[in-house]
Amino acid sequence: MGHSLDRGEGLRLAAEGRGRVLRPSTARRTAARALARRPRLRLGLTLSGPLLWMLVAYIGSLAALLMTSLYHNETVGVATRMVTDPRLDNYQSLVDSSVYRDVAARTVLAAAAVTLIDLVIALPVAFFMAKVASTRVRRQLVIAVTMPLWAGYLVKGYAWRAMLNPESGLLREVFGRTPGYGLWGSITTLSYLWLPYMIIPIYAGLDRLPNSLLEASTDLGGKAGRTLRSVVLPLLVPSIVAGSIFTFSLTLGDFYVNRLLGGTTQFIGNTIYSNFGVNLPLAAAYATVPVLIMVAYLTAARASGALEEL
Amino acid sequence: MVVSRGARLCLRLFTGVVLAGLYFPLLYVMRLSVATSRGFTWPPKGFTFEHWTGARSATGPRDALLHSLTIAGWATLAALVLGSLAAAALTRFKFFGRNTLNLMIVLPLALPGIVTGIALNSGFARLGVDLSRVTLVVAHTTFCIVIVFNNVGARMRQLSPNIDEASADLGADQLQTFWHVRLPLLASSLLAGGLLAFALSFDEIIVTTFTAEGGYQTLPLWIFQNMFRDTSLPLVNVTATFVVLAMVIPVYLAQRLSEGVAGASRADRASGE
Repeated sequence: MGHSLDRGEGLRLAAEGRGRVLRPSTARRTAARALARRPRLRLGLTLSGPLLWMLVAYIGSLAALLMTSLYHNETVGVATRMVTDPRLDNYQSLVDSSVYRDVAARTVLAAAAVTLIDLVIALPVAFFMAKVASTRVRRQLVIAVTMPLWAGYLVKGYAWRAMLNPESGLLREVFGRTPGYGLWGSITTLSYLWLPYMIIPIYAGLDRLPNSLLEASTDLGGKAGRTLRSVVLPLLVPSIVAGSIFTFSLTLGDFYVNRLLGGTTQFIGNTIYSNFGVNLPLAAAYATVPVLIMVAYLTAARASGALEEL
Repeated sequence: MVVSRGARLCLRLFTGVVLAGLYFPLLYVMRLSVATSRGFTWPPKGFTFEHWTGARSATGPRDALLHSLTIAGWATLAALVLGSLAAAALTRFKFFGRNTLNLMIVLPLALPGIVTGIALNSGFARLGVDLSRVTLVVAHTTFCIVIVFNNVGARMRQLSPNIDEASADLGADQLQTFWHVRLPLLASSLLAGGLLAFALSFDEIIVTTFTAEGGYQTLPLWIFQNMFRDTSLPLVNVTATFVVLAMVIPVYLAQRLSEGVAGASRADRASGE
């Protein structure tokens, strides 16, 4: 038992009470005593609010989404109504249609590309932050890297729309070439948007990696490249997976960046959105695709121990 | 491992370039907001505050800003209550389904926003609830809870259970312990969690698209809808610059507060030894 802490805190409390005895009213004392004797009641009071909220608002909604995906629209004359007779037809048409399959494959490939680009940029930056920079600079860098995340998602998308403008944007004028508005315009912008989500977990992983491990590798004759390959990278896998969960999931569900920079490129999100107004059941069925992909991804991530890193 | 001087220099340069890249787009939008040239032609030319003075009388962004602040305010308040309760339940009690609740709270962060958005939309439809400001607040609260939960939970895990016992030994009942001991110790994490939840709600557009009533514009929705109109671009530039500044300042404060939390934990450990 930490006696010194008890005494210290006790003294502080006594000092803050300024010698005044906190005498509660009888009703309050009865309530407090009842609470003290019933840990289950205490748990119930603490738990019921958030539990009910998440169950009703979120899990309930996910269930409603699943139900909706089994319904279908029926057009009678000009009026369209939803028929609540559960069938698997929507899923069947998703599997059968090459368009939906292509969109899903393109989105997954784009998410993989964004993750890879961010990883390649994040590794050296995180290494510099954790192992080269001084403690003071390190703390400033952590803030400097995280701040842009909060600077307005749409504002950043808008800035890239301006910079990638195919006629006279910055990239065209300064570098002579630009990805323009299209698949690579979207991938470039998404990589920019999610980069800090990759840098921070890798930095945290490197920061936890003891320097003595790197010295041991050197003592055993490992050159810098070999140490990075055989010591640092394997230990960083959980951090890299943790970062990739963000870059992957966020790309998978994005559709605004694509509306701004994708030209005619369609991602899963765009297809869901355009079906949302006209065929809600089909949109709902398609929304289960990113869920399934993420469940598979998270299950794999769990195996690598990355979930504790989040 | 010895990092050679050359390698250090390369790493420093690379990090510098990446940081410049992270901030350049933000600075570019700020520059556009005071440029006399129109459109996206590089480089922007001239200097004027005309667009800023013009923006003062524009009602579109002002109404949208008001809407965003209202929604973010209520969502933050609800998330603070629910997120702290969830954090308290998960750090102080062991019960059946503990891990499931944990997963449930983190889920809105792991699943793509479009899934959360369209799910909440179907949920409201199923309950026969028309989309309104209330549904928007409910939606935003749902994904803000996890931010408060993470911040307050981290602080709660650092608190020693000894302080509760010390308080009880001195004759305080549970409510007094909560009010006079726990709450002051949690205050900075509540503030940090609240600021981040506010910022998250203020910036959200995907879930908003599916849960706001038609015609109700938040600031991000306003920016999006005006981005494609050439005549609105000067106003979009000013609004965008405003958003960057309005968000970066509170988030910077929240980060400093979280650092304070880390500092306090060091002090705790030191006095506990």
